[in-house]
Formats: sequence, structure tokens, C-alpha cells
Amino acid sequence: MVEESVRLDGHIIDSLTLSKVMDLILTHGGTYEITNFQIGRTKTDASHAEISVRAPSQDDLESILHLIGQHGAVRPAHDVEMLPAPADGVFPEGFYSTTNLETAIRLSDRWVPVERTEMDCGIVVRQDGAESLASCVPLHRVKQRDQVVVGDRGVRVTPVPRRDPSDVFSFMGSEVSSERPKELIVAATVQAMREVRATGRKIVFVGGPAIVHTGAGPQLEAIIHRGWIDVLFAGNALATHDIERALYGTSLGVDLETGAPAAHGHEHHLRAINAIRAVGGIRPAVESGLLSSGIMHACVVKGVDFVLAGSIRDDGPLPDVITDSVEAQDAMRERVRDAGIAIMVATTLHSVATGNLLPASVRTICVDSDADSVIKLMDRGTHQAFGLVTDCEFFLKELAGKLGTT
Amino acid sequence: MDFAVSTHRLLMCAPDKYGLLYEINPWMKLEVQPDVALAATQWQELHRVLTQEVQAEVQLVDQADGAPDMVFTANAGLLSQGRVLLSRFRHPQRQVEVPYFRKWFEERGYDCLEPPEEVYFEGEGDALFAGEILLAGYLKRSDIRAHQWVAAELGVQVLSLELTDSRWYHLDTALFALSPNLIVCYPGAFDEYARLVLEGNFETIKVEEEEALQFACNSVVLGDTIVMPAGCPKLKSELESRDKTVYTVEMSEFLKCGGACKCLTLFLR
Repeated sequence: MVEESVRLDGHIIDSLTLSKVMDLILTHGGTYEITNFQIGRTKTDASHAEISVRAPSQDDLESILHLIGQHGAVRPAHDVEMLPAPADGVFPEGFYSTTNLETAIRLSDRWVPVERTEMDCGIVVRQDGAESLASCVPLHRVKQRDQVVVGDRGVRVTPVPRRDPSDVFSFMGSEVSSERPKELIVAATVQAMREVRATGRKIVFVGGPAIVHTGAGPQLEAIIHRGWIDVLFAGNALATHDIERALYGTSLGVDLETGAPAAHGHEHHLRAINAIRAVGGIRPAVESGLLSSGIMHACVVKGVDFVLAGSIRDDGPLPDVITDSVEAQDAMRERVRDAGIAIMVATTLHSVATGNLLPASVRTICVDSDADSVIKLMDRGTHQAFGLVTDCEFFLKELAGKLGTT
Repeated sequence: MDFAVSTHRLLMCAPDKYGLLYEINPWMKLEVQPDVALAATQWQELHRVLTQEVQAEVQLVDQADGAPDMVFTANAGLLSQGRVLLSRFRHPQRQVEVPYFRKWFEERGYDCLEPPEEVYFEGEGDALFAGEILLAGYLKRSDIRAHQWVAAELGVQVLSLELTDSRWYHLDTALFALSPNLIVCYPGAFDEYARLVLEGNFETIKVEEEEALQFACNSVVLGDTIVMPAGCPKLKSELESRDKTVYTVEMSEFLKCGGACKCLTLFLR
């Protein structure tokens, strides 16, 4: 059992607010004890109650406190507690572990917003003159003696508001299904992209190599050429197979025009990597004229920022691939700032990696032919993700069509 | 200036820059735009009925650029004895209205108060007097914590009523008081506790959903006279059977933004 005290003020008897709060606690699996109660002496006097709320788990307690908070039951605000980090890359014992939700901390009796919202980090507080600044910091970036929030007292987390019914993503509850009107979902994605564009935030695209294998490469290329993507996250494979297609017309040795395996086609991807390594990278390959089409070519030509993160099974890899995972994470972390929407297509690994870095307020759509990919993303905390189980070629064709026609 | 309590002094804002530019309630659909010329005609008729038929004193505030909902003056704040409890709108789209209203009030000698930090309050839209009691809506727009503030500032009893249906997002879309003991309301807009509170404290005239959707409850009460939206014949005849004088005004173009007669007026007290 975990416990928290709340206070409730106002005309809580006449309005039945106290009854409602008590009922809500009970119907949501908690129990309560009224520890202090002062009833208003006249009709215009406010009453005051202090209630100790208990629940089986911290999560249950948080959800009850959030619920009754809407009816005026507030936690007395205490300042956060902080301890210095004992060493570089080590949080103090009992550190507060963040969620991907908007968070604020109480410092000197005011709420300070925590910047760089990200799950599974600590909160580090720094002084900027008289002002205190709080931000989410991943474990490997904390420095010895940084002031780190410990415990959850004085930390306030704001759940993602339910989207307005008029919001295009509102009919997309956070669940996975193949039983959905897919074209409608693509249309909603397009509208969301336009909205994000209008507010000046970034559109992040995360892609896997199946985009190239299924023949959807030219669709993504067209979307990039039309300026609809600000940041691309992928691995060695997407870039390699895209470049293989550009240089040899094959993907994993299969001719993308005829569908037939090309002679010695299985070597093509290695030869493609070798060719790029020979000129020093993707950008030099574009500048020298070696690479003149494809997704990566479009990124270079359109100035789209990309991060290629390596993995243990990579061939080569391409010189642009960041092989140090932590370094790759940091590169991605910097580029998701100001993201308004993340579109994840046909990759579990990079989708989960990106999801880990995103605040829950970023609209996230995950498209995969396998429901597992979406489920994994949500299981790892990216609850805001909307999953669409479909072939990536269909999705990208529709998306390119809808973006291109207007 | 004269702060004498009068239920017949109102603030209105002519719809010179009215429009539907965003969607912040279920009534607003960007593809269903109001006819602004017709809206102006409807507003003029409401103004005429209030000033000439009812002989209320109506003051006007100019509509600012980029504040299309400023016509709904009920949401500017809650007034009592020369003090204005200013609004803090939940939606940023409407927060732009506050400085314009504030300026208008301050220039006329009103004492303006802001809600406490991080508390939303949408003025008379969510706060209506029934005699000495203030009925106050919350959850959709105003926070219940605003009620504590209003109660403390005005020294009145506040009954907090939870609104549960986004179509009746402000209290004044679902309820009005005819007298200290008699209210008109659409019960479907409230949670069960609020319904118990209303039934326990007042005699209630219940509006059916069909008329509640025509904003029957968004009516202006001026003594024994009620100015209400057209298209609500059942409530109209109920009120007339209670010896009330009823005027109806076509409000179709304001309904497209989720407002009607009451939303377009604010009591100056």
C-alpha cells in the first residue's frame, strides 16, 4: 500500500464534492481516511478536509490522485529533494526516474517546467543566475555533483490531455489494429503533418529496409523531395539497400523492376557499401555524381538531417553509420527536439529507439506489417503511438499521393 | 462611476470580426462556416430586443483582430460590485481576448482580479447567480479550484457542478436561473452529483435534449423577461405558462461556434 495526503477546500459538502472524491477513491481501488475536517460555520464559509489516500501501487495512487485532482483534491506542494550525483554517469540513490509526460518540479514554492521531456532519465537542476532550470538528463550524461531530483515529492506529471474530438488523431485510440479504414488514417496523418508544419515543428521519419525491398523507396524519395520530412532516422540497412537500388536496380540482389534475382545479386549490397566507403560517405557520393537517385540522395539534396544508427549485424557499415549506440542515441536525441510528429515505418529497432526519446505529446504513428512491432513500441512506454498494421508500400504510396495532390 | 447593482446592464460585442477560425468545441467545424452577414443581422436583432423591447442598458466593447470569439462576452469574467474576476481561458485561441476585456473594464474604473496561478476560469460562462448562490460549472473549461477563488473573493456560497458532455461545455449552455429557487436546466449535461445538488436546492424545469441542442438554456433572464434562442417551443411555452415574457431570436450563425443569446451578453454589476 502506498499513501498520499490531499486537501480539499471549498463548498465541498453542499456541492457533494467531498462525497464524489470519496466515491472516486473507492471505485478506483483505493481507500481513504479523513485526517482533518473543518466544516464551514455559515453557508458562505468554505469547508476544509485533509484526506489520506491509499492504493495498492504507486500507479494506482497516481491515477486516483489525478482523477480526484480534477475535483479539487490537491497534494500539498513540497519542494523537490535533490542530491548531488556521486560520479560522472551515476545518479544518486533513489533518483526520480522520468516518464515521457510533461513534468514540472516544485522549487522555492513555484513550479519549474522540466525541459527535454524524455522517459527513463533523471532530472538535473542547474542555476542560471537567479533562475533554476530543470531538464531530463540521460544516465550517461550526468556529471559528478550535478543536482539530481530524488524521490517523487514535489514532482508533478501532467497526463496527455484527451485530444479534442475534432483532432484528426482523436479517432485513433492508442491501440493496434488491422481493422481500420486505412485510407482515412493516411488522410489523418497528412492533416497532422500539415498542422505540424504550420506550427513550425519538425516531421521525423523513421524507416526500415523493407521500404526498399517492397519497392516503396521511390515513394519515400518523392515525399522527401517535396520537402515533407525534416529528419530521417534509419540504420545501415535502409541506406545500403536504397543505395544498392540506386547503383544496381536491386534490393538484396532482387531486381526491383522484374522481381527476379540478379546474377551475383547477393553481392550487390556489399559492393554498394564498398563504393560509398571508397568516396568517403553518402554526401561525397552525391557530390561526385556516383549517387544520383534514391532516398539518401534525396536527403542530401534537400538538406534533410539524417542519423544512421548501427547495429551488431551490420555489413560494412556505410561511413555515415554511427556505430557507437550511445553516440547514435545522443545524435537522435538532439534531432527530436521540436518534433511535432514521428512517422515510423517498418522498423521495430529504430521505432523503439526513437519512441524512447520522444515526449508523449509528439503524435506518433507506427506502420508495420507485423502487429508485434507496434505492440513492442507501446510496451516500452510510447503509449501515445498509434499503430497501423499494413504493408509499408501501401502506406507510403497513399501518403505520397495525398501529399502530392494538394 | 456607478456600481449600483442592476441586472439590466449588459456588455456586448458586435460581431465585426466574428468568424470560425479554429475548433475548440464540438459545435465548431471548420467546414461549416457561419454566414457573417447573417450573424451580424442576428446579433443586431438580439441587441434590438435587449435595448428596445426589454430596455436593458447595453454597453459595447470593440472586437479585436484575431479574437473571433470575443463576441461571446459572457466569458470575459464575472462581475460583482464593481469588481471583475477576469477569465483565464483554457484554450490559447481565446486567451488573446483577456487583455482587450481587461482594458475595457479598467478604463471604466472596474477593479480587475486574475485567477490564481494555473487555474482556468471562463467567467459568467461557468458562473451564474441564482439569488445569493453562485452556480458554477467545471471540468470542461473552468477548474473547480477557480470556484474556491470566486467564493473567497465574493464571499458567496458556490455550488460546483461537473459538466460531463462536451457539447454543453459551459454552464450557461445547460442552465439558467429564473429566480433564487427556480432553475431551468438540461440534466444530461451534468454528472449525477450535480443533478442531486440541483434537485436538492432548486425547483427545476428540465429541458429536453432536442431543445438543449438548440441552446434553449443559453437564455438571458432580465427580471420576468427571458430572451432565448429561436427553435425551442416547449421551453418557450413552459416559461409563458409561468407568466414570463419571452422573446426569441434566431441564433443559427452563433450556434456554429457553440454560442447563443447568453454567451453574447455579460452582466455588468
